[in-house]
Amino acid sequence: SFDEYDMFVEHRCSDFGMDSSKNKYPGDSVVTGRGRINGRLAYVFSQVCFLSVHHQVMDQAAMVGAPVIGLNDSGGARIQEGVESLAGYADIFLRNVLCSGLVPQISLIMGPCAGGAVYSPALTDFTFMVKDTSYLFITGPDVVKSVTNEDVTQEQLGGAKTHTAVSGVAHRAFENDIDALLNLREFFNYLPLSNRDPAPVCECHDPSDRLVPELDTVVPMESTKAYDMLDIIRSIVDEREFFEIMPSYARNIVVGFARMNGRTVGIVGNQPKVASGCLDINSSVKGARFVRFCDAFNIPLITFVDVPGFLPGTAQEYGGIIRHGAKLLFAFAEATVPKITVITRKAYGGAYDVMSSKHLRGDANYAWPTAEVAVMGAKGAVQIIFRGKETDAEAEYVDKFANPFPAAMRGFVDDIIQPSTTRMRICHDLDVLASKSQTNPWKKHANIPL
Amino acid sequence: VAGSWVNQCLLEVEVKGVCVSEGRETCNTFEKLLIANRGEIACRVIKTCKKMGIKTVAIHSDVDANAVHVKMADEAVCVGPAPTSKSYLNMDAIMEVIKKTRAQAVHPGYGFLSENKEFARRLAAEGVTFIGPDTHAIQAMGDKIESKLLAKNAKVNTIPGFDGVVKDADEAVRIAREIGYPVMIKASAGGGGKGMRIAWDDEETREGFRFSSQEAASSFGDDRLLIEKFIDNPRHIEIQVLADKHGNALWLNERECSIQRRNQKVVEEAPSTFLDSETRRAMGEQAVALAKAVKYSSAGTVEFLVDSSKNFYFLEMNTRLQVEHPVTECITGLDLVQEMIRVAKGYPLRHKQADIPINGWAVECRVYAEDPYKSFGLPSIGKLSQYQEPLHVPSVRVDSGIEQGSDISIYYDPMISKLITYGSNRAEALRRMEEALDNYVIRGVTHNISLLREVIIHPRFVQGDISTKFLPEVYPDGFKGHQLTDHERRELLATAACLYVAEQLRSQRFLGTPRIPIAKSKRNSWELSVHLGDGIYPVAVSKDGSSFSVEVDGMKLNVTSEWNLALPLLSVTIDGTQRTVQRLSRDASGKTSIQFLGTVYKLQVLTKAAAELSKYMPEKAAEDTSSILRSPMPGAVVAVSVKPGDMVSEGQEICVIEAMKMQNSMIAAKTGKVKAVHCKAGDTVGEGDLLVELE
Repeated sequence: SFDEYDMFVEHRCSDFGMDSSKNKYPGDSVVTGRGRINGRLAYVFSQVCFLSVHHQVMDQAAMVGAPVIGLNDSGGARIQEGVESLAGYADIFLRNVLCSGLVPQISLIMGPCAGGAVYSPALTDFTFMVKDTSYLFITGPDVVKSVTNEDVTQEQLGGAKTHTAVSGVAHRAFENDIDALLNLREFFNYLPLSNRDPAPVCECHDPSDRLVPELDTVVPMESTKAYDMLDIIRSIVDEREFFEIMPSYARNIVVGFARMNGRTVGIVGNQPKVASGCLDINSSVKGARFVRFCDAFNIPLITFVDVPGFLPGTAQEYGGIIRHGAKLLFAFAEATVPKITVITRKAYGGAYDVMSSKHLRGDANYAWPTAEVAVMGAKGAVQIIFRGKETDAEAEYVDKFANPFPAAMRGFVDDIIQPSTTRMRICHDLDVLASKSQTNPWKKHANIPL
Repeated sequence: VAGSWVNQCLLEVEVKGVCVSEGRETCNTFEKLLIANRGEIACRVIKTCKKMGIKTVAIHSDVDANAVHVKMADEAVCVGPAPTSKSYLNMDAIMEVIKKTRAQAVHPGYGFLSENKEFARRLAAEGVTFIGPDTHAIQAMGDKIESKLLAKNAKVNTIPGFDGVVKDADEAVRIAREIGYPVMIKASAGGGGKGMRIAWDDEETREGFRFSSQEAASSFGDDRLLIEKFIDNPRHIEIQVLADKHGNALWLNERECSIQRRNQKVVEEAPSTFLDSETRRAMGEQAVALAKAVKYSSAGTVEFLVDSSKNFYFLEMNTRLQVEHPVTECITGLDLVQEMIRVAKGYPLRHKQADIPINGWAVECRVYAEDPYKSFGLPSIGKLSQYQEPLHVPSVRVDSGIEQGSDISIYYDPMISKLITYGSNRAEALRRMEEALDNYVIRGVTHNISLLREVIIHPRFVQGDISTKFLPEVYPDGFKGHQLTDHERRELLATAACLYVAEQLRSQRFLGTPRIPIAKSKRNSWELSVHLGDGIYPVAVSKDGSSFSVEVDGMKLNVTSEWNLALPLLSVTIDGTQRTVQRLSRDASGKTSIQFLGTVYKLQVLTKAAAELSKYMPEKAAEDTSSILRSPMPGAVVAVSVKPGDMVSEGQEICVIEAMKMQNSMIAAKTGKVKAVHCKAGDTVGEGDLLVELE
């Protein structure tokens, strides 16, 4: 993987920490170092086998305050090395954990990565994979076969598709090694170097006061009809560029990075196109982890809400939707970065509270004229209130709640805005909120319902 | 949109001379007018109504509730759900709206109810004025046989021919000889060009007779045959007429509409390069004679086929405003909608034939949401994520009924707009058209700008050497986009490379003062490798102050631009030549698509090092497309002719997809057994949706 290293890091590539270990493990391909990506400092290690050498890189990255990028291609522990390699794992795991929230950590899986080795990527903030050539699994197909008698290929068990669409272990998959590295470079530009740094601001050509006329008609007239939240996100952010995280997993929630007037923002949006944008177990966890990353690294959060509620059913309840849904609630509530929320349509029930509502210390909460902030949809509400009775109260309920005014009158939304002005409003708010300072009460750490 | 109709220098100024004196008079037409149409033509009519001080009522289907014509009108009423039969053709609902809104007149636009005599009759019964001819003229001209007879009687040239029962082959030969070869033979009952056979001699006539009479009997149960003079390389030239209710009629010169695909016009112009003033007058006078013969009032169009010797033959008369009417407005200075409204109110024409000028030249391109690479245009649907009309180009008029954010749906005509340019001569009008097409931003749907631009710069078109067969003749293997010359390819490669470098440079410019200083790159030269089509081209870029010096194919090019990467239109000057290009997409892997000279090119820009390493990347296996059938366009499944387990042979019809009034037969790409059928009749499918899998 030395070739990629050379291509990937443009300047001042200096390997270190190799000398001492070389004697100990001659012939092992481990490359560590630091370099610049678009002028900004990054620490990189790449490995074919799992070794303890790169904990020095991580220590330094933590001290200096710069991201760590791992290029993984590891077969797991060397059985012949015995307990020593297990110790090596643990050294890395510990540093992954200590670095977590201090500097962004990104893992790029470029080959098979099995056994204990997989826990290092799992502990980092983002795991990217290469399609068809990278695998992540605890135990390979042979062991699976001997233990459970399941016939499964490497690709089915732990390929990029499995982890980006089914397990949610990986956050993105790319076509090949080069594609992955180029995307990683682009992704890196969104990230602050550490938790001590503000979200980066890039030169921006897209006017911050640009009106987006198509947003005035993007939400369909019938409140049951779907639309694509990505259309809204792309038309609001700078130059329609949106780096989506986990695009194939729990697609009923959309998360990712974009820029507003050059500044990195984290975007969370319900996706009405998939399962009506309902929150369920997977989407809550996906959203929560993303929100916590943004909060840890000073990235403002912009939330687009069109949520009919939590997904009902035994599968969800047995799966612990209460516990998992609480994660998203917890994440939004504890976040102290600037939080801007736009309710595009439905904001029903508990899900309304969860989605970065005013009550969770939202800094600017807007509603479009199409917004409906209510405990539930009119039909369901009327069925419950007038159980079994014939009534035409549905229209009354729609009149009363299927609009943004009740919420606006109580101050739960700060303003009802013309959708075409959304970009302008958000950009102005972000300028002001750049100096926002808010701290949670001192504690060792909070106890998120894991 | 408000300004998108008339470019000041185009129509308004010329019309103004007439309109000003007319200010008072216009007050006396109608107070309120309903437009029984949608899209650009509804907007077009509303604009003239506004100018004339007439209140407007729009009708719309439920999906059109936010449409531009609805916003423009003073009142708007929903007449039903999306399908046209339930909304824009729903006469009961429309009559109801007319009553409710007390509209005094109805402009039908084109299509829909514009040539529906029943609609005209019902309006008349309610005492509502129909902006168009009376029912008699609609009926007479709507009937192919009757209109021909009328034309004959009015001494209008008609295509010599015979329509009736032909006894035997000998009689067919006799008729053919009388008409003169070549002749066209087909079953009378067959519509359009279906089952049409061309005979150049007696032998072919006998053969044609045999086939056509069999077909007539078996397919239609109607023995009648049509034997007609076949017009080789015909041009489609039509005369705009305008008549009042007092027996006056004018011809407003011709429009040439020869550039067609599947009998639909694509590019139109006025005047025609082909007509001399004598032929023009002869055609005009015959058109007027026909109009008078049917006591025509309002604007109408008499269509002719013109052969290479300038013989012209009556085809049909359209008793409505034509799609391509703007080119006539441009060269004559008349507002046809305004004239139609005046005439409908009963005013006499206010122009004499001698007042009708040909000022300059006008060209119209029909911009469609369709893929020109598939049979010169298969419909595409989607949301216009970005939309910007080229109104900053001088002498451009855009008639449209959509805006950024509008949906192009499967329910209606996929026309995005009519783009009209005007010039003091044809060359100027065409040059402006080229510029206008380059400056037209349409994102979110596939469009036919590439085809339009290729047509208007094609040497044959520029010389005026066109016929209705232009497209199939010029592109016998289908349209494949602009073919780059070596120099154009270098320009494109240089543009892509410079865009890449500009993007790279920008991604290193962070604002503020970071805690860890940013290492400023001093790099000012880049060795790149650009993939375009099957080729890989080394391109070297060096930054030279504000411009780039690019070396490609051993040639040095100087490239300057503002490199504003957010603007949809990018003006690039390459060695002094200005080009307007559009970067439609880019991604981190260096893949980009650029619209250059109208055509969209896919490129990938990589550093030389990355390109070297690309060789080691594993090849991805391509999907075997012969065993799967995907929908080539969005539409509705009309019929599925196979079920799982069936054997199909190559070329056999598997299913039929209907999109925008067109039925398309999907055929098997190979012989095999049907593995799975993923659609059923009545389904709506998107482009690329899997329809059927073979084993």
